[in-house]
Amino acid sequence: MSVQILLDRIDEPGLNTLAVYERRGGYQALRKALTMEPGALVDELLASGLRGRGGAGFSMGKKASFLPKGSMEKYLVCNADESEPGTFKDRELMQKNPHLLIEGIVIATRAAEIARAFIYVRGEYAEQATILEAAVAEAYAAGLLGERILGSEHTLALVVHRGAGAYICGEETGLLDSLEGKRGNPRLKPPFPAIQGLYDGPTLINNVETLMNVPHILRLGGAEYAKIGTETSTGTKVVSVSGNVRRPGNYEIELGTPSRTIIFDLAGGPPEGRAVKAWFPGGSSSPILTAEDLDLPYDFDACAKAGSMLGSGAIIVVDDSIPILSVALKLAKFYKHESCGKCTPCREGTNWTVKMLERVESGEATSADLDTMASVQERIIGNCLCVLGDAMAMPIGSMIAKFRDELEAHIEAARARSGLVVLPQTAIAEAS
Amino acid sequence: MSADVKRFAGGSRVPGWDTAADLERDPAVVPDPATTAVPDELRSEIEARMALYPDTRSAALPALAAAQRLHGWCSPEAIEQVACVMRLTPGYLISVATFYDMLETKPVGEHAIYVCTNISCSLRGADELYAAFLAAAGDAQDLNVRHFECLGACDVAPMASVNGVYVGPLEPSDAQTIIDQVRAGSPVLEHRQLIRRPAAETLPIT
Repeated sequence: MSVQILLDRIDEPGLNTLAVYERRGGYQALRKALTMEPGALVDELLASGLRGRGGAGFSMGKKASFLPKGSMEKYLVCNADESEPGTFKDRELMQKNPHLLIEGIVIATRAAEIARAFIYVRGEYAEQATILEAAVAEAYAAGLLGERILGSEHTLALVVHRGAGAYICGEETGLLDSLEGKRGNPRLKPPFPAIQGLYDGPTLINNVETLMNVPHILRLGGAEYAKIGTETSTGTKVVSVSGNVRRPGNYEIELGTPSRTIIFDLAGGPPEGRAVKAWFPGGSSSPILTAEDLDLPYDFDACAKAGSMLGSGAIIVVDDSIPILSVALKLAKFYKHESCGKCTPCREGTNWTVKMLERVESGEATSADLDTMASVQERIIGNCLCVLGDAMAMPIGSMIAKFRDELEAHIEAARARSGLVVLPQTAIAEAS
Repeated sequence: MSADVKRFAGGSRVPGWDTAADLERDPAVVPDPATTAVPDELRSEIEARMALYPDTRSAALPALAAAQRLHGWCSPEAIEQVACVMRLTPGYLISVATFYDMLETKPVGEHAIYVCTNISCSLRGADELYAAFLAAAGDAQDLNVRHFECLGACDVAPMASVNGVYVGPLEPSDAQTIIDQVRAGSPVLEHRQLIRRPAAETLPIT
């Protein structure tokens, strides 16, 4: 597409090595940053309008400015635990251009005056973690990490930490507990990590893609960067498109590009003879949209206005050959498995949703069960420490609302097929 | 309908309710270095990891992963050795190990084959792929075939992670080939490894 920042010549051989990265102008932004005051760096980030690319879409500059000033035990954690179903942008970015991430981390730590940073990579990304470790070692050897970076006052220790397989460790406070060597249970917020995070110190947590934008902001200048995209959603976004499309993959777009362009022009649309039935705009946790929403501009605010969210920037396309029930059941089972069990609404809510969906599948349910299920979703949202429960409740709730007719027709058909007699019918039979 | 509910010992719906903890026994304490033998390689790996963090406990996951590589799973012996080096109780480490999907708390086959069956892969036939892997593996003791949550490779869906190497897109008929290759110790489906895949925009729309 028009603007290529992160995916620009991404397949250049050897880009994962320092030599090629520097030949392409790598680490020049860092050199510039080291001559600037931390406060001025934060101002550039604020001016860029960069919003977090991990899911919440919070202003990165603001987050950095929340950290207490001065030298103390502060930490930066790069969230590379990309586990939102349908999301695979960080994987390709880290694997092909690891030094861009390192440069972004060093600049961000300079802005927030942090001397220790960690990259938390999900354990499944073993190949990517190995590439990152090699890049970090190279950066250390070249004086781009460690004591007094490039002769400046800035010092940074960077460690690549591998997780061991848990969706919830992508949630920032669950990630912190996991990084502290514990079970990855989320924490109560507030206090927010910017005040009390890793080892109880102020902690800046950013997604891989967010940090990778930082060197470009320095290169272009915050104000210039803000001209890309829309007014409130600045910059480009790497969108992972998957599911029933002909060319799934990562595509970089300017925020505000019509969703139809991404799904049809870039990803090729659904296979021959099929049509888009539903799509998730921001990973499996985002409320589902339908074919009517295809002309939505792809940015944070337009997605929110349509009742969904940009989330991690992962579009999952479901075509008209797929029953919506199988999508709902797949999702509910996933969130049930991944619920850490700490909060009752999430632990019980995910479990009961699976059971009720299984009844819908077997034809044991009635349409009243769909109402019960919808009310269970409403009672999960906002009632837990983290948003894992919400992440199931939002899409499932939207599927019940938007595909109710299909679910009811499924119940009727399944009941007729299995010859089941459900309770209300039994009651009617007994009364007469 | 109630007859369909899975029942365990004593008619309980909860498995393992009757294998109660031994209340007479004291909980295991931090192992004594004098009586706990730890292989030198494992010890130095864990100690090097501990040195990287302000709080040494942060090394728990890398340490358990290292012990698992050595022992094949987080066996009581493996846990004991990690506990000894890290100066933690075995109970603490077991509580950590049971939380994470990649740490095995029961003996498993040496070759890990994780088949992604999450939403994007299942839209493209992951359930059939997983069934093919199960059928091809049979009850072989050297394989650890599991269905796994989104592995973050939906661009090559349906896919699998074979001993940490991502391959896809796969057909059910690839299951046997992969199993043969992994047993022979040769690279799996070299031309379909994710690490070699170019950016999507350079590929044809099929």
